[in-house]
Amino acid sequence: MQAQERLVFDRPKVLADIPTHYCPGCQHGVAHRLAAELIDEMKLAEKTICVTSIGCSVFLYNYLLVDSVEAPHGRAPATATGVKRSRPDKFVLTYQGDGDLASIGMAEIIHCANRGERVSVIFVNNTVYGMTGGQMAPTTLIGQKTTTCPAGRSREHEGMPIRMAELIAQLGGTAYSARAALNTVKNIRSAKKAMKKAFEVQTKGLGFGFVELLATCPTNWRLDPVKANERVAGEMIPYFPLGVFRDQTAPAKGPAEVEK
Amino acid sequence: MTRKSPEKIFIKGNEAIARGAIAAGCKCFFGYPITPQNDIPEYMSQALVEAGGEFVQAESEVASANMLLGAGACGIRAMTSSSSPGISLMQEAISYMAGSEIPAVIVNMNRGGPGLGDIGPSQGDYFQSTRGGGHGDYRTLVLAPASCQEAYDLIIKAFDLAFKYRNPVLILGDAILGNMKEAVSPWKPAPVDPAEAADWRLEGAKGRGPRLHKSLYLHEGELAGQNKRLQEKYLAMQAETDFELYRTEDADLVVCAYGSIARIAKSAVRKLRKEGLKVGLFRPVNLYPFPSGPLAELAGQGKRFLTIEHNLGQMVEDVRLSVRGLADSEQFSVYPGNLPLPDDFEEPIKKALAGK
Ligand SMILES: Cc1ncc(C[n+]2csc(CCOP(=O)(O)OP(=O)(O)O)c2C)c(N)n1
Repeated sequence: MQAQERLVFDRPKVLADIPTHYCPGCQHGVAHRLAAELIDEMKLAEKTICVTSIGCSVFLYNYLLVDSVEAPHGRAPATATGVKRSRPDKFVLTYQGDGDLASIGMAEIIHCANRGERVSVIFVNNTVYGMTGGQMAPTTLIGQKTTTCPAGRSREHEGMPIRMAELIAQLGGTAYSARAALNTVKNIRSAKKAMKKAFEVQTKGLGFGFVELLATCPTNWRLDPVKANERVAGEMIPYFPLGVFRDQTAPAKGPAEVEK
Repeated sequence: MTRKSPEKIFIKGNEAIARGAIAAGCKCFFGYPITPQNDIPEYMSQALVEAGGEFVQAESEVASANMLLGAGACGIRAMTSSSSPGISLMQEAISYMAGSEIPAVIVNMNRGGPGLGDIGPSQGDYFQSTRGGGHGDYRTLVLAPASCQEAYDLIIKAFDLAFKYRNPVLILGDAILGNMKEAVSPWKPAPVDPAEAADWRLEGAKGRGPRLHKSLYLHEGELAGQNKRLQEKYLAMQAETDFELYRTEDADLVVCAYGSIARIAKSAVRKLRKEGLKVGLFRPVNLYPFPSGPLAELAGQGKRFLTIEHNLGQMVEDVRLSVRGLADSEQFSVYPGNLPLPDDFEEPIKKALAGK
């Protein structure tokens, strides 16, 4: 390399150099990359144990070159608890979709957070069950049509979409909870910052770390990737506000100052 | 390894299991309260923590079993205990552990069912335990202690077997075993080899490629290959038979029973022997694999069989399969909800002996 050349972009070492199985415009790949960059930058690769979940991202273990165990649908936070309690010296990560975490696995995520397990959770909210073909998720927006709410989700019939980052922030064991989006370069940058904090609260032993990432599912939304990205800004962010809902690394704030 | 200790302690079966597990090197316990096994988590919440282990009261049995999956994936000796309804909730995780070849020890202090049933003893979970219990084609090793000492001994063996085969192992007891007190010799097995599971446990990919424990196989031929590997393992497990014979040598009728019910049946056999009746007892200690060979040998000697169980008739199917072509087995059920006395077994034994 010449003296004036400087490498500004490269593949993270823990990210496998293979094509992913994701649909065009899906943002799971972006989330994987951010996780991989952080694992490299924070030098965690050799001590990471990743708990994968059931959803489109079940194959995370093919892309992230770290030790991994596959948990049943929704149970990753329990499995991660078992991993962390038996190996407290390791860095433990779960990666879960919204059906996995906010529906079938609701009890596990709430109690894992409440116990303050020293684990970090990446939660990908794409408002649908991607893997099974676009059924309604607990995060499906009001009016949104899916294969199991063909008339659109309604408050009366299906209830309101659940805001997980805010819910997790309420729990005593949570050291960090935030929501970010993967629709713009700027948002991707702050997503990485939030993920870094969620990793740090674990490495510093402060408690449970949680990041919700708003992401696209163009295939099941029946939108092209550009329109899907526009939907994140136009429909998702207004209901799922971006921000930090709990951060024990920050100086204490009065309730009125909590970021919304 | 000595199976004796100078000391004897007078403890419940539940406590024998907890103490045996700690002696076996159990490092993590995950559980959720349910009668009749609460002494186990209660004991562990103190003694295991004092021994340097981790105790977590999980939010449900679903969670405890999945915590077990995580600890097992790290090659750590870990366990959970529960009773029938709780064990039902664990089945998905047990299937995943079998599918991804992760060792674990699961104690079921069987209570009456179906549904909420009662909190008394039952053997209603025999099929669930010996046939895999959850979805998919898999088996778990199943050990059924009949005394507090055996509960202590078998939990130690359960950990060894779980790691030997990288498979979940069940201890199947019941409310009688868990709650009766007997003298137990709390012997200490050799310490766990620190290199146990070193070639597969998850601990971070340092100086090697990443490791993965999974049960999903989508590529052509992959799942069939995994099922074949599992079947080979289950065939290898068939070597693990363990059973007790009591006065079967000259017996015309062999009573087949396991666990607490075998203890009660043994009293009946002993009494009838005093009356001069040629009866004996066959007690499988391992319910899976079932000790078919020894039973077939008895059948080959022309003996008759009577299977007595605390359910509507489950193990009798394994007895019949074992002796098929040579003999059959009569069947006597104690309905879960009833507590049998030795006297209750005399009449069915006499009837079976007379061939009526
Ligand atoms: C116990 C159980 N129930 C249902 C399923 C089927 N299933 C697989 S993935 C999935 C939903 C995944 O959706 P989500 O968590 O939102 O992740 P995505 O695929 O959208 O990334 C379901 C219901 C399963 N594997 N196990």
